[in-house]
Amino acid sequence: MSRISTFKRGGVHPLDRKELSKDSPIEKLPLPGELLLSMSQHLGAPATCLKKKGDSVKRGELVGSASAFISANVHSPVDGVVTDVRKVRLANGAVADCLVIKVDEKQDDGIFDAAYDYSSLSSEELLGIVKDMGIVGMGGATFPAHVKFSIPKGKKVDALVVNGVECEPYLTSDYRTMLERTDKVLEGIMIISRIVNPEKIMIGVEMNKMDAIARLEERIASLGYPIEVVALKVKYPQGDEKQLLKATIGREVPSGKLPLDIGAVVANVSTCYAVYEAVVHHKPLIDRIVTVSGESVNTPKNVLAPIGVKASDLYAFAGGLKDDINKLISGGPMMGFAFALEDTPTTKGTGGLLALPLMISKDTMPCVSCGKCVEHCPMGLMPNKMFRNIKYGNYQAAMDYGLMDCKECGCCAYSCPSHLPLVQGFKLGKKLGRKAK
Amino acid sequence: MKTVSVSPHVHSSLSTDKAMLFVIIALLPSAIWGVFAFGLRALLVLLVSVASCVIVEYIMGRISKENTIRDYSAIVTGLLIGMNMSPLIPLYIPVIASVFAIVVVKWTFGGLGCNWMNPALAGRVFVFFSFSSAMSTFIVPRYVYHAADAVSSATMLSAIKTAVSSGASGSNVDILSGASVAMSHFASGIEDATGISGYVVDAFFGNIAGCIGEVSAFLLLLGGIFLIVTHIITWHVPVIYIGSFAVLSWIFGGLPRGLGLFQGEVLLPILTGGLILGAFFMATDWVTSPTSRKGQVIYAIGCGFFTFLIRYFASLPEGVSIAILLMNIVTPTIDRYIRPKKFGYVKPEKKKKGVEA
Repeated sequence: MSRISTFKRGGVHPLDRKELSKDSPIEKLPLPGELLLSMSQHLGAPATCLKKKGDSVKRGELVGSASAFISANVHSPVDGVVTDVRKVRLANGAVADCLVIKVDEKQDDGIFDAAYDYSSLSSEELLGIVKDMGIVGMGGATFPAHVKFSIPKGKKVDALVVNGVECEPYLTSDYRTMLERTDKVLEGIMIISRIVNPEKIMIGVEMNKMDAIARLEERIASLGYPIEVVALKVKYPQGDEKQLLKATIGREVPSGKLPLDIGAVVANVSTCYAVYEAVVHHKPLIDRIVTVSGESVNTPKNVLAPIGVKASDLYAFAGGLKDDINKLISGGPMMGFAFALEDTPTTKGTGGLLALPLMISKDTMPCVSCGKCVEHCPMGLMPNKMFRNIKYGNYQAAMDYGLMDCKECGCCAYSCPSHLPLVQGFKLGKKLGRKAK
Repeated sequence: MKTVSVSPHVHSSLSTDKAMLFVIIALLPSAIWGVFAFGLRALLVLLVSVASCVIVEYIMGRISKENTIRDYSAIVTGLLIGMNMSPLIPLYIPVIASVFAIVVVKWTFGGLGCNWMNPALAGRVFVFFSFSSAMSTFIVPRYVYHAADAVSSATMLSAIKTAVSSGASGSNVDILSGASVAMSHFASGIEDATGISGYVVDAFFGNIAGCIGEVSAFLLLLGGIFLIVTHIITWHVPVIYIGSFAVLSWIFGGLPRGLGLFQGEVLLPILTGGLILGAFFMATDWVTSPTSRKGQVIYAIGCGFFTFLIRYFASLPEGVSIAILLMNIVTPTIDRYIRPKKFGYVKPEKKKKGVEA
C-alpha cells in the first residue's frame, strides 16, 4: 500500500457529492451548433486574435497566438466559420474577446489519430510542443504550462508532483481521466519529467478515489515507471498546490514564492493527459472533460466537450436542468464562479459545470469571534481580523495580517457560523488594497 | 430564479443560532438537576433570569432596530445567570444581573459579538459584589438531610476557606466533617464500598450546596462533551483550564494550610465552586475567548492560574467568575499579539525595508 499523508493545518470536510457522477464513464458531446472561443482561456495576457468575421477555421488551427511570456495559444476545436468576433462575459465575470464559430456539419475527425515518435526530441523541443499546443494548467488556475515547466538555469527540480487530488466536491473529471486514460496520463507524466528532469515523481490522490489509486499503482508497476502514488486523507483544499506539496514532499512554499523555489513542479492529471496528446498526437488543447453535475441536473455526467462550448449545450446533454435550480457554477462549489447566463462558454480551466438548488439561505449575523475561520484556514491566517479591517477600510492592516497570502479557498466562509461573506471581503480587500498602495 | 454570488457556494451546517441552541441543550441537564435538588424555587429563579434577559434584549433590539431574539444568545445569557444564582436568591437580584449583563455589558458595546466580557459572568459578578450576603447563602439539597425544609449551608469551598483561614490544617475531608457538612446516604454508601471520599462523590453527582446550575459536575461534563462532539467548542480551553488549575493546586495548594509543596488536593476543588460550569460553558464563550489555538492555550492557562490564585490566596472562596472575567479582558491583547504561524512564513529579515510606514 502506498504512503498515506495529508497537510496539517486547517482545512474543511465538505460533503463530496462525487457519487452523483463518479460512475458515469466519459461521454463525447455531440457537436454543438456554435462555439464561443475566448481569447482569455488562461491566466496572463489574452491571446492575439488571428481571425476575423467570415474566416473559416480548421480543427486544431491556431486562431489566437500567445501575446506575452505568460500567455498561451488558442486553437479552434472544430471545423467551422467565424460568424462574429465580440465581447462575451465569461463565467469568472471577466469580459473577453470571443470568436463565435459556426460549426460545420462535416468534421474531419481523424486528423489527430496518427502517433508520432518523440523519443529523439530534446527537452527544449518537447517544451516547444507544449507551448505551441496551448497547454495550460487544467486544475482551474489555467497557468500556461510551458511557463511552469521552464526551469531557469541553475534551478534543480527535486520533485514532480502530479495533482490527482480533485478536492472540490462534485467534480469527477480528473477521477475519470485517471481511471479511463491511465496509461496516457502516465506517459504524459513521463514526458513532463523529461522536460523538467526531476529527481522523483509523485502522484497525489485523495482516498475517496481508492480505485483510481489501485489502478494507477497497478499500471505503474506493469509499465515500470518510477512514479510513487501518495494516498492522501480527504481534506479540502488538498488540491491546492501549496497544500499538495506540504502533504507529498513535506515542504512549505514560502509566502509570495512559487513551488519552483522549493524545487517542485506541480501538474494536474488532466494537464498530463493534454501533454500526452500534444506530444504524441500533435493535438492542441481543444477539448477537455467537464463534469456536469449537481442536484439540479437530471443525469450528471462526465462529458468530453470542445473548449468554448456553451453551458446550455452541456446542461442539455446531461438531461437538462430541474425546476429547483438556484445557482449555475463553473468549477467546484468551493472556489467556482456562479454565472447567470446559460450561454456562457467553457474555457480550458472548466473542470465542472454545476447546477445547484437553493442550499442555505441564512442571513449573515455579527461575527462572534468563534475562531472557526482561524482554525480552518490552511494558510494560518486570521480571516476574522482581516475581514474586520477590510470592513473599516484598513487595507494595509489587513495586508499586514497576510491578506495577500489568502488564496480564497473558502474554508473560512464555509465554516463561518455567522455566514459572513469572508471570501467576498478578501477579493474586494485585495483589489482595493493594491489600488491604495 | 438564478442567484450569482461569490464562492463558496456550499456551507457547513453550523450556524450561530444553532450553536446557541446547542449550548442551551447542553446546559439543560444540569439546570434540571438544580431544580430537582433545590425545588421549584430554583425553577422560578431560572425562569425570571431567562425572561428578564429576553425582555431586555428585545427592548434593546427595538431601540437599535435589530431583531436579535432569534439568535438565542439572550436565552443562553439568562440561563447562565440563573444557573449561577443561589436557589434562595431574592428575585430582583437575577433581574438586576440580567439588565446589567444585557444593557451594560452587551449592548453598550454593540450587541452580540462586540462585548468584551462574558455578559452572564459580568452580571453575576456585579450582583455578587452588590449583594454579597444574599449571593453567598446556599442550601443543601433537601433529600440529603431527609428534612422537609431546606437546610441552609455554606458551600464546601467556603467551609474549607473559613476553616483554613482560622488556622485549620489537615485534609479537606477532615475539615468538612469537622464543619459537619452533610453527606448523602448514597455517597457514604459508595465511600464504604470503595474508599472514595463521600464528599467527592457528592460533589461529582451534585448533592451539595451551591448555585442552581453548578452543583452537578457529572451532568455539566456530559453537556460539555456534547458541545465538543458537536464541534461547538474544542477540548483545548476546558481541559487546559482545569488541567492548569489542577497542577497549580497540587503543587501549591497545601501552602495555605501549612503543608509543603506537592501536598495540595485536586479532585474536590475541581468538582466544586463552579469550575466545570465555568471551564466548559463560560471560558469557552466564542465572543470573549481568543480565536487562535495558541491564544486559547494561553487564555486557558491564565484562567487556571487566576482561579488558583483567588481560591487559595485571596479572601474569596471561589474564583472562577473573576478569573474568567480577568482573562476576558486580556483576550483582545492576546488576539492581537498571538497569531497562528502563517503557512510558508518567511523570517522578517527580508521584509525589513517594507516597515518604514
